[in-house]
Amino acid sequence: MLNASFDAIVPMLCVTLAALAVMGAEAFRSKGENLPIGGLGIVGLLGAGVATVLLWDRNATGFGVIVADNFALFITAVLLAVGVLTIMFSSPVIQRDGLPKGEYYALVLFSIAGMIMMASANDLLVIFIALEILSIAVYVLTGIRRDDARATEASFKYFLLGAFSSAFFLYGIAFTYGLAGSTRLDRIGAYLAAQSMSANPLILVALGLLLVGFAFKISAVPFHMWTPDAYEGAPAVVTGFMSTGVKAAAFAAFARVFLSAFEPFSAEWAPMVWLLAAATMILGTVVGVAQSNLKRMLAYSSIAHGGYLLVALVAANDIGKAAILFYLLAYAVTNVAAFGVIALLGTREAANDDLRDYAGLWHTHPALAALMTVCLLSLGGLPPTAGFIGKWYVFSAAISAGYYGLAIIGVLTSVISVFFYLRVVVMMYMAERQGPLAAPPRVAAVGMAALVASIAAIVVLGVLPTTVLDLAAASIATIF
Amino acid sequence: MIPLGHYLIVSAVLFAIGSAGVFLRRNLITILLSVEIMLNAVNLTFVAFGRQHGTVDGQIVVFFVMTVAAAEAAVGLAIVIALYRHRESLNPDAFTALRW
Repeated sequence: MLNASFDAIVPMLCVTLAALAVMGAEAFRSKGENLPIGGLGIVGLLGAGVATVLLWDRNATGFGVIVADNFALFITAVLLAVGVLTIMFSSPVIQRDGLPKGEYYALVLFSIAGMIMMASANDLLVIFIALEILSIAVYVLTGIRRDDARATEASFKYFLLGAFSSAFFLYGIAFTYGLAGSTRLDRIGAYLAAQSMSANPLILVALGLLLVGFAFKISAVPFHMWTPDAYEGAPAVVTGFMSTGVKAAAFAAFARVFLSAFEPFSAEWAPMVWLLAAATMILGTVVGVAQSNLKRMLAYSSIAHGGYLLVALVAANDIGKAAILFYLLAYAVTNVAAFGVIALLGTREAANDDLRDYAGLWHTHPALAALMTVCLLSLGGLPPTAGFIGKWYVFSAAISAGYYGLAIIGVLTSVISVFFYLRVVVMMYMAERQGPLAAPPRVAAVGMAALVASIAAIVVLGVLPTTVLDLAAASIATIF
Repeated sequence: MIPLGHYLIVSAVLFAIGSAGVFLRRNLITILLSVEIMLNAVNLTFVAFGRQHGTVDGQIVVFFVMTVAAAEAAVGLAIVIALYRHRESLNPDAFTALRW
């Protein structure tokens, strides 16, 4: 019994142990000694990856509150991939910017452990604690460059709105507990299924508060105010990490809570999420067009991508549920790679994240320009990339569930978003550069390897998506 | 015995005071305290519901929330100190490097 309980938590245990090992290695490191701490983190993540593969199809539960079902394991795999890529992109950046290595990797690993926990939690309280584990680590990561006033400011804004929204989320949990007498999702689901539609208004209060909490975390409009500032101020690798990992974990928990426990009340929450999705897609895209800073533009683009994921959540049919998983994977790999390019182009003094800095990049860094093009095409949803397949499934899910309005808004905003992605591409290939770019002439090999790996994943997912799609569909079919 | 509704009303009022404080106060430390008030309002709700259900779950949740709040306050105050070193001010209106 006890052993079975431990099985389910092995992935997060591996990552946590790796984080503790990183902290220990940093603490006992003699001055000036250069330890391969990032490698230690990757070993932990790979160990968790092996555990994830072994746990597949076994539906292990841990202590009644953690479930390692295939849905959680799929998200875990995505998060581990994000973690490995982030560490690979980080290692040259840490050297360049002189960041504290041990602290940086430990925080990355702790937040990944929190994300995995959040994706596999089957209890609202555990979801809350996992959310805080990942959030607190990411607040610190955002402001890890203390000499940078913008990063510190971004960190504070992120922290303040994060803590504020956590309070709302917790208030929602309190009301749910008050109604159902438990924070376990299965018991809440059983309680809600027994209620008639016209029942307690407290249910609606709980539902609304939980929705606000999740909407903050996935940066859905109108709860997105912190996103552009936090994403612009943070170091580019951290932005890549938090725009994908945090979003994937939060969406996993969102889907689990709303598609399982609150499923009996879908008639109540579907219209609210409909509005959130529409507003998120429209605002993310329209404001994104007006940006001149590439990081800020990608921040708005990630808001819009959250909107597409919400469309799949509203549709809530089999295609939609599989689409959430596939879209999260495609988006995560693409966005990490895009922010990786920005990170590799920066220097200690200049972030080089303005659109103008990308003028003529093709002439100075042809490989980076080419790889960035693939990322941008995938974010824009053009074939033959992963982003295209993801969007295709999201919109076909919306249409088959009868949400024609959402599908139309989604397609229109995608078309508009292609404009601002292609603007960067045009800049890179056709514009002439004014003055020299203060970018490193050569890019670190490990960063380049991570880029090539993620681009290969984007193209493979775009050309041969069937295997992964079937996996996504199968992993979600048994649960909700 | 005081009925459940009274506790819920008090905690709702506290929660409202906390969230109003986040928006209205112009000092970072006071804003952090307002968030703490919100969390403690939720704690009160948990304890009240726990007593109504006759289980200790609600009270145990409060321990977790208190731990989380402490960790959050530690990180938040550290960020405030880092911010103060750059700006020499605790007024959020002074932080304009990023468009709010």
